[in-house]
Amino acid sequence: MPELLQFLLSGITVGAVYALVALGFTIIYNASDVVNFAQGEFVMLGGMITVFSHAAGLPLPLAALIAIAATAAVGVALNKLAIEPARGAPVVSLIIITIGASIFIRGATQLVFDKQIHRFPAFSGDRPIAVGGATILPQSLWVIAGALAVFFGLWLFFTRTLTGRAVLATANNRIAAQLVGINTNYVMTLSFAMSAAIGALAGVLVTPITMTSYDVGLALALKGFAAAMLGGMGNPKGALAGGLLLGLLEAMTAGYVSSQYKDAAAFVVILAVLFAMPQGLFGRKSTDRV
Amino acid sequence: MRLSGKATTLLVLMAVIAVAPVFFPSSYYYRVGSLIFVNGLAVTGLVILIGYAGQISLGHAGFAGIGAYACALAPVHLGLHPALAAVLGAALSALIAFLVGRPILRLKGYYLAVASLGFGILVSMVLSNEAWLTGGPDGMAVEEMGLRAALKAIGIDLSNTQFWYAFSGLVLVIGAWLALNLHHSPTGRALRALHGSEVAARTVGVDVARYKLVAFVVSAVYASASGSLLALQNKFITPDVAGFMHSIEMVTMAVLGGAGSVLGAILGAAILTTLPQVLTVFQEYEQLMLGLVMMLVMIFMREGLLPSLARLVRGRGE
Amino acid sequence: MSLLQIEGLGIDFGGLRAVNDVSFSLKPGEIVSVIGPNGAGKTTLFNMISGVYAPARGRVLLDGEDVTRMPPHLLARRGLSRTFQNLQIFQSMTVLENAVAGHHLHERGPVLADLFALPASRRRSRESEAGARALLERVGLGRAASQEAGSLSYGALKRLEIARALALKPRVLLLDEPAAGCNAVETEEIDHLIAAVAAEGVSILLVEHDMKMVMRISNHIVVLDHGEKIAEGEPAAISRDPRVIEAYLGAQATEATHADG
Repeated sequence: MPELLQFLLSGITVGAVYALVALGFTIIYNASDVVNFAQGEFVMLGGMITVFSHAAGLPLPLAALIAIAATAAVGVALNKLAIEPARGAPVVSLIIITIGASIFIRGATQLVFDKQIHRFPAFSGDRPIAVGGATILPQSLWVIAGALAVFFGLWLFFTRTLTGRAVLATANNRIAAQLVGINTNYVMTLSFAMSAAIGALAGVLVTPITMTSYDVGLALALKGFAAAMLGGMGNPKGALAGGLLLGLLEAMTAGYVSSQYKDAAAFVVILAVLFAMPQGLFGRKSTDRV
Repeated sequence: MRLSGKATTLLVLMAVIAVAPVFFPSSYYYRVGSLIFVNGLAVTGLVILIGYAGQISLGHAGFAGIGAYACALAPVHLGLHPALAAVLGAALSALIAFLVGRPILRLKGYYLAVASLGFGILVSMVLSNEAWLTGGPDGMAVEEMGLRAALKAIGIDLSNTQFWYAFSGLVLVIGAWLALNLHHSPTGRALRALHGSEVAARTVGVDVARYKLVAFVVSAVYASASGSLLALQNKFITPDVAGFMHSIEMVTMAVLGGAGSVLGAILGAAILTTLPQVLTVFQEYEQLMLGLVMMLVMIFMREGLLPSLARLVRGRGE
Repeated sequence: MSLLQIEGLGIDFGGLRAVNDVSFSLKPGEIVSVIGPNGAGKTTLFNMISGVYAPARGRVLLDGEDVTRMPPHLLARRGLSRTFQNLQIFQSMTVLENAVAGHHLHERGPVLADLFALPASRRRSRESEAGARALLERVGLGRAASQEAGSLSYGALKRLEIARALALKPRVLLLDEPAAGCNAVETEEIDHLIAAVAAEGVSILLVEHDMKMVMRISNHIVVLDHGEKIAEGEPAAISRDPRVIEAYLGAQATEATHADG
């Protein structure tokens, strides 16, 4: 039993990170119908910028803030320079653009920083906490708390604030939103900024556990997208549930089947979900109009 | 008499392949040329899938991996001649494409992209993890095909790089010929019709699911043949051939030159294959450049390089 | 004996009854028009008959065979073909290729034959191209054959869709607003074309807003309002039917009153 509990705990930790990446996907997808394959790079940037700001002598909280703000700026730049000019382009083009952006950001990071693997100290030390025979790192609790806080914050934002409702309205019907006077360009920019900041936060939280380097983004983007899809594209609750589920699944596969194939498990499940219920767990059905 | 588009494309392609060596300063360029042809072959397959049928795949390197490892494994374990091994790889790729494609191709857009990507990653994962069979990430050696020796016996003595330049060039021309045939055939029209409007294609009787599958299987065979060629000429293969980045490079080559045209896509393959060779001094900047090229072309030349340029020229002429 | 029979057809969208309990039938060579105000469910009805939407209730019989919920490509094989209200043209193909693509069922063959351009494959292409050229002449697009389809005017594209639909040699042809966006001359040409096609024994189901045209060429009219059939009969009877005037013209009359007030 302690074994199972151990896998559960590590699954939830990883799953919380996937959930954050998936939330980032969801925000951008809802605002612009774009699936941003560069989402994982935001996580990488969050970790890398914190590492180098911290190494330059800044206290960790300040370094993390700078990383989140800088990544949000990268998100805005991505929207302004690459997504907005390509509005109306076919899906294939948008896929290439965001993958291109992801490769570009990776290349730039490797030039500006380096190709080494880095980490910075955990927020509350590295002494594992014993839980019913299993252990959990204090940093894992930070990750889980961070994911919950972001999810709760987003929920407040979307239901209680005018701006949040404007974002939802835009997601629902872009033209109608424009007609009632919502500045949809602003909504898109805001979505990219938020999404990038959430990604960066995930990077800040998880780097002390998983470490980071310029090339960790891609795998995270794929897992995050998988989680978003598992939960149903465009649904924040689905993103959270999908992320946690995927994390648990990976941890179970690593523990009971084969650690080499833990990444495979995720993709097998994704393929299965896509075939059995293409709308995901919480998705809506849609009818093509002709 | 005006030449048909098909004849022009094939003539241009053959002329370039035949004449280019005149300008090669060293034998190294034969090597670059044959790499262009190998990539061009895979990309020609993607023209059928992306350009004709309008379906995306981010996992076609998986089929290149199957073709490559068939050439590495079948001679050792089944005693097959490497050329037959390539045929076996193509058949296996077709079979797997058929089985995977049926459920995958019901999906559209991003979902299809990620499903195919997942497939590609699974293939590369198996190739890396099953080290007892594939040598794992370190890769494995591939047997000599023996054709060059046979040519030498009948008096045609080519250096290794010259031989592979000529041989891959020949395979590419055949691949281009087949793809161009398809374009102007009933099957090609059905593919382009479902690309244009799926619902209208259905109402004129096109079995959309079947034709998407046809495009997927045919393009998988192209990718597999490309992987086989790469394995045979390098005489060594690693799981990178099936990796995600290779899939992305293939799609980028196709859309960079223009996924709708065979010549454009081969041009895309030529540019993206040559660029890193030319920029070896700036190796650090390779990813930066690749990413930038991908974004710029898709933002400013959505149809790809060749069709956009052709439009520009035609616009001037009128 | 009716060729196409619709029995109690209905569909809901998100709990809303878009079309409900619609029944009528077409005999060979007959022209039946479906009319009604915008949003009455005409195009939805077409989409159900042609297999694009799956109806929730009712049946569609084609020559006595139950073809309800049959996918469009199988309906095409049974001789049912259609055009679209919001054009569904193969944009990146030439006008000729669009019409050739309509011959798909006649020209399809083994993929390998097409890949290697075997004589059989080339012969099939040649035959369908000849058929397509004849059809383009018939709809008045003969000169535009080699143009890119995207470059044609709206009215010309409407005719191209008709040519493409005729390429199937259909027994039943569904035309969704074929004269929309056409000038008076073009409308009259389409008018003649439809009559000529019907004269060959093809049953035509028509949705059209041009009332003059509808009254002129229809043998029979079905009136929809809010997804329900409110009347059907011969053109003369329909134009006098008070329910039709209320539902169909009433909307305009009310608008006119408002405009005056």
